[in-house]
Amino acid sequence: MATIEIDGVQYQVEAGESLLPVCLALGFDLTYFCWHPALGSVGACRQCAVIHYHDPEDQKGRLVMACMTPVADGMRLSIEAEQAREFRRDNIELLMINHPHDCPVCEEGGECHLQDMTLMSGHTTRRYRGRKRTHKNQYLGPFINHEMNRCIACYRCVRFYGDYAGGKDLQVFGMHNNVYFGRFEDGVLENEFSGNLVEVCPTGVFTDRTFSAHYARKWDLQTAPSVCAHCGLGCNTAPGERYGELRRVINRYNGEVNGYFLCDRGRFGYGFVNSPDRILKPRMHDRMDITPEAAQQQLCDWLADRAIGIGSPRASLEANFALRSRVGEENFFLGLGDNEQSLLEAIVEILRHGGIRSPSLREVEQADAVLILGEDVTHSAPRLALSLRQSVRNAAFERARSLNIAPWLDKPVREQQIDHRSPLFIASVCATRLDDAAADTYRGSPEDIARLGFAIAHDLDPGAPEPAGLNDDARALAVAIADCLRQARRPLVVAGTASASHAVIEAAYNVAKALPAKDRQLTFTVPECNSLGLAMMGGRRLRQAFEAVRDAGRVIILENDLYRRAPAWEVDAFLQAAGRVAVIDCLSSKTAEKAALLLPAATFAETDGTLVNNEGRAQRYFQVYPAPEPVRGSWQWLSAGMDNLSFDALTAACAEAFPALTAITQAAPGAGFTVDGMKIPRQPRRYSGRTAMEAHINISEPQRPVDPETPFTFSMEGAAADVPAALEPIIWAPGWNSNQAVNKFQDGIGGHLRGGDYGIRLIEASGALDWFNAIPDAFKPVKSQWRIILLPHIFGSEELSLRSPPLAERSPSPLAMLNPSDASALAVQAGDSVEISCFSGGPIVVLPVSIEPSLPAGLLGITAGRQETQRFRQSEPATLKKALGEVPS
Amino acid sequence: MDKMDKPLTQNIEPDRLFATLADYERTGGYQGLRKAVKELQPKEVQQWVKDAELRGRGGSGFPAGLKWSLVPMDDARQVRYLIANGDEMEPGTFKDRFLLEKDPHQLIEGMIIAAYAIQARTAYIFLRAEYHLAARRLEQALQEARAKDYLGERILNSDFSLDIHLHTSAGRYICGEETALINALEGKRAHPRTKPPFAVVSGLWGRPTVVNNIETLCNVPHIIRYGVEWYKGLGRGADHGTKLFGASGRVKRPGLWELPMGTPIREIFEEQAGGMQAGFSLRGLLPGGASTEFLLPEQLDVPMDYEAVAKAGSRMGTGGLIILDDKTCPVKMVLNLELFFAQESCGWCTPCRDGLPWAAALLQDIVEGRGRLEDLETLSGLTRMMGLGHTFCALALGAMEPLQSALKFFRADFERYITGAGEG
Ligand SMILES: Cc1cc2nc3c(=O)[nH]c(=O)nc-3n(C[C@H](O)[C@H](O)[C@H](O)COP(=O)(O)O)c2cc1C
Ligand code: SF4
Ligand code: SF4
Ligand code: SF4
Ligand code: FES
Repeated sequence: MATIEIDGVQYQVEAGESLLPVCLALGFDLTYFCWHPALGSVGACRQCAVIHYHDPEDQKGRLVMACMTPVADGMRLSIEAEQAREFRRDNIELLMINHPHDCPVCEEGGECHLQDMTLMSGHTTRRYRGRKRTHKNQYLGPFINHEMNRCIACYRCVRFYGDYAGGKDLQVFGMHNNVYFGRFEDGVLENEFSGNLVEVCPTGVFTDRTFSAHYARKWDLQTAPSVCAHCGLGCNTAPGERYGELRRVINRYNGEVNGYFLCDRGRFGYGFVNSPDRILKPRMHDRMDITPEAAQQQLCDWLADRAIGIGSPRASLEANFALRSRVGEENFFLGLGDNEQSLLEAIVEILRHGGIRSPSLREVEQADAVLILGEDVTHSAPRLALSLRQSVRNAAFERARSLNIAPWLDKPVREQQIDHRSPLFIASVCATRLDDAAADTYRGSPEDIARLGFAIAHDLDPGAPEPAGLNDDARALAVAIADCLRQARRPLVVAGTASASHAVIEAAYNVAKALPAKDRQLTFTVPECNSLGLAMMGGRRLRQAFEAVRDAGRVIILENDLYRRAPAWEVDAFLQAAGRVAVIDCLSSKTAEKAALLLPAATFAETDGTLVNNEGRAQRYFQVYPAPEPVRGSWQWLSAGMDNLSFDALTAACAEAFPALTAITQAAPGAGFTVDGMKIPRQPRRYSGRTAMEAHINISEPQRPVDPETPFTFSMEGAAADVPAALEPIIWAPGWNSNQAVNKFQDGIGGHLRGGDYGIRLIEASGALDWFNAIPDAFKPVKSQWRIILLPHIFGSEELSLRSPPLAERSPSPLAMLNPSDASALAVQAGDSVEISCFSGGPIVVLPVSIEPSLPAGLLGITAGRQETQRFRQSEPATLKKALGEVPS
Repeated sequence: MDKMDKPLTQNIEPDRLFATLADYERTGGYQGLRKAVKELQPKEVQQWVKDAELRGRGGSGFPAGLKWSLVPMDDARQVRYLIANGDEMEPGTFKDRFLLEKDPHQLIEGMIIAAYAIQARTAYIFLRAEYHLAARRLEQALQEARAKDYLGERILNSDFSLDIHLHTSAGRYICGEETALINALEGKRAHPRTKPPFAVVSGLWGRPTVVNNIETLCNVPHIIRYGVEWYKGLGRGADHGTKLFGASGRVKRPGLWELPMGTPIREIFEEQAGGMQAGFSLRGLLPGGASTEFLLPEQLDVPMDYEAVAKAGSRMGTGGLIILDDKTCPVKMVLNLELFFAQESCGWCTPCRDGLPWAAALLQDIVEGRGRLEDLETLSGLTRMMGLGHTFCALALGAMEPLQSALKFFRADFERYITGAGEG
């Protein structure tokens, strides 16, 4: 601890911290640009100047940059001294020399850090009278706009994109007052986290291109706390709506989960909500619109008799539970692929009873040695890849500490990285997007990856079973990896469902169990936003539903396209046998087409729900805006017969029904929650046009919709102060209109939200499982036969986000990936096509070939999750033939 | 003065293209190295240079021996580097070029001894882009040195091994700043680095690194060979040894001379440079390159010692005098310098990146008749904005030194432009 004096007042603060965040945490309005809580200090913008007095007698003091100054006991400082104020004001004047003075037409306006800082600094009149330097803008792809004239050269973008996220194609060019932040040439930004530039850039250079297409000012957006629906990590988001349309998604800070950053799937995948493919009316037999009352009645009638309910990993706990309650436990089937259900059950078992902690993303970042088994994390759980990339830095932090370099001095710490990197090992079927950060990589089939894992576990603990006949290379690698993991204090093992292999998951557990470190951790990626929640709820298998249908005849399918879960002919047969099929979903799908009764479901933005992420954290997403009539939440359609249960009551009933889910009621406060007797407004106080928005329909201001289900109102009125930080729909503080205002809501800058981060962990490490013993044999390619390996892709494998046009634009066309030797044996080249016939039958699929040297021979990599590739099952054998008639490109 | 009084230039003769290895060895070249690796421990070499009080000749005057002694030496496996800074883009400065072109082995020997002192096994010469001739001669000299076992594995049969690589700059003034130099050498943008940590702790590739100026390193062989006492006897004032002083501008004999530290400016200006050309008189001078403050004719007796020049209100810098005559407009001179500095700003920090072009634009306005009186206040404001510690590195600070002193000493010249009385 240190006692420092700022403008005559004493404060107790942490010694050694950077003075800037310390001042911000104390509530001072000190201006800054280049510093970012996740990126540290670099001293470039010179905007955070304060006066540091040498000793008690010193009257004049010395101007220092707060961000570069470590706090020391007895420091005497001034933020208000005239010299410091003048410097900060004049520095902004310099930054503004070439800046366009056209905030009204700038998309950053209203949430612009530069606007805020300019006002804060007191710069008003401009003395420069020369011409402004101008730049050309670039096309950067469907996600991001580029308006370089707005740049103030704070270097944050390149520091985030390159240093933090590992991107290679955004650079700074030129020098003196002609520095240019962009790509070498026009083109799509490659990095999967590019969207964060929108929030990292303190000006309007990088803005959300998808937002531009239907732009509104921040103050005109209605917002509620939400959770990303596009993978199993549960990043916290703040979706914004106007005129009944979802306009954008931005990051919502959660100190334990996503921190300041989202992936591009999560940020730009929202377009499905506004899609023309939305199911907006109840319908019979895909042609006849019916009234919601009739639809509701129909559903109730069906439910009165025995009906089969098929749940969904992308529907909330409440929706799944409502269905389960209506059809009865014995008639509730999870709606997962068969293998996926087994994998998820294994994961739940390990997390709950394996005795090893499942870390939050914050904890992932603190790991000092990581082993990834069978995942290309960037594609299966994107935001996790960004955290793993940070974990590699821990050795450099350690080294910096020994050299007395403060951890927040970003550049010096990065300079240590050349010799000091925490080990990250990646065992995967082929090259991954994180390989550049890895100490070593291994390529093999899922069996071979599992065998490597088992070998590592055995090396760590001789009690663990040993794979027989491991080759020397793999054995040596296993020993080397085990060595690193053994020395680590916070080792982490990562595996998941993407490898679709039990053995891989079990090997991961064995490794984690064999680790000597007390703070060992084990995390599993899961494919969908509620995969883990659904698995924790538990239920019967889809396959069993296929059998049971003969007796029931009625099927209610909740937010699920079964063609993504099982072979088409089986689903066809099932739906045929069912006779009466009701589908409750938000988007059209092959399954929805076959519904006799189709009910329009609200998306995450239009209703409430609780999800459990891969960590085991229950989090609630709140309705952002009312769904257009007659669209309603799936849980509402389903609970209509249950004495119109309230959302909270449904959550409570679900919590009561499943001991593992008891805590979900604490994921977020219920509808009864108020602040000073008031609900929390979803609209900012500056929300404009409320009385005019619908004046063309009715001149009198319409009644605000009421929301009986949550602590929020669809209004500007309500609680203004003392809202728990985690429940703030809009991050805003006086003088701080940009996202940087989040500083005002944290318990220590970059720490937890004041009053606690969002969500509640449902699983804490307890118990222990026996070693898993089922070690698979090594993979041996069979001549003229290939094993299918489904490879997820961040843009294109997830069902909902793929219906978002900008994301679809970035999705790769489905490919068949082959090892070069296999390709030459088949006489195919990249661009040729192959005919793929699966042993399990079904139609032949023709896909273009790509050659991937890192993919082992005998494996056939196939883009997962696409319509064209839906018929493929993981690990299925197939034969290949060069497709004729295709001209090689 | 005999040759022993001019150790740095002893091998440089008017009728000699440059000193070959044989020429260099004839006057005792590489004897210092032999002595160092055979008779002295690395720490002892450090101590000698410390005792000799050799101060860096790159501009800041930091004691070289002290810098070396800050290198962590405990861990034998630790990789360390030595870098010779031959970027020399300071306007009015051409001393290193002379030493490199005329006697390349002197630098090489100095580098080997310095590398030995800090136990660096790899050293780099970072050379200004335009110094093609120096590059050729250095390459040749390096090969000769390798052939004679002065460089390479187990130098002169000792346990010490070293190789020296020549790196030619892509050509920017900021590359002379030692940490920007290190970034440039690593293939990164030439932005200066955060200090601390200093390069001696975390430099090239994050490892301990000593950066010394060419001239600084050229002093080293002589200190080792002839000893500390001899070296200290060479100075005339507080500082020791000799230095290459230059003069440019309308003097009779622009040039470069090796003279004792502490030689008064008057001697350099009048005796060596021969005073002003006929028809010109002295208005002022920048004592140590473009990034130092003006001194006036009445300050000619200031000795060229670090402290003495500082006391007179300027900096010794590189010791290259830039002479301002009465027929040259100081405002235009400063404009010229600020255009240079504005262009050479690396673009990292705001006051320099955006302040220097503005300063240049204001000066341009002034000389082109668009100036306003309040512009002088704005210019003063900019010099304050770029004061000590306000910018990320010293480039901007240096850039403001001629401007700030010109505003003080030649204010009337600025005002005449503004009030319409015209130039001069
Ligand atoms: C903008 C700028 C340019 C510089 N250019 C040079 C240069 O060209 N050569 C040089 O030796 N030092 C230059 N320096 C000084 C170096 O940073 C460093 O102090 C010097 O090389 C150390 O050597 P010394 O201690 O032997 O003087 C420059 C400094 C700055 C701020
Ligand atoms: S583009 Fe934005 S983030 Fe990048 S340097 Fe310019 S202002 Fe900073
Ligand atoms: S990582 Fe997953 S949860 Fe996070 S933003 Fe991306 S898709 Fe959404
Ligand atoms: S003062 Fe700043 S902008 Fe100028 S050269 Fe140094 S670091 Fe670069
Ligand atoms: S925030 Fe401190 S210098 Fe930029």
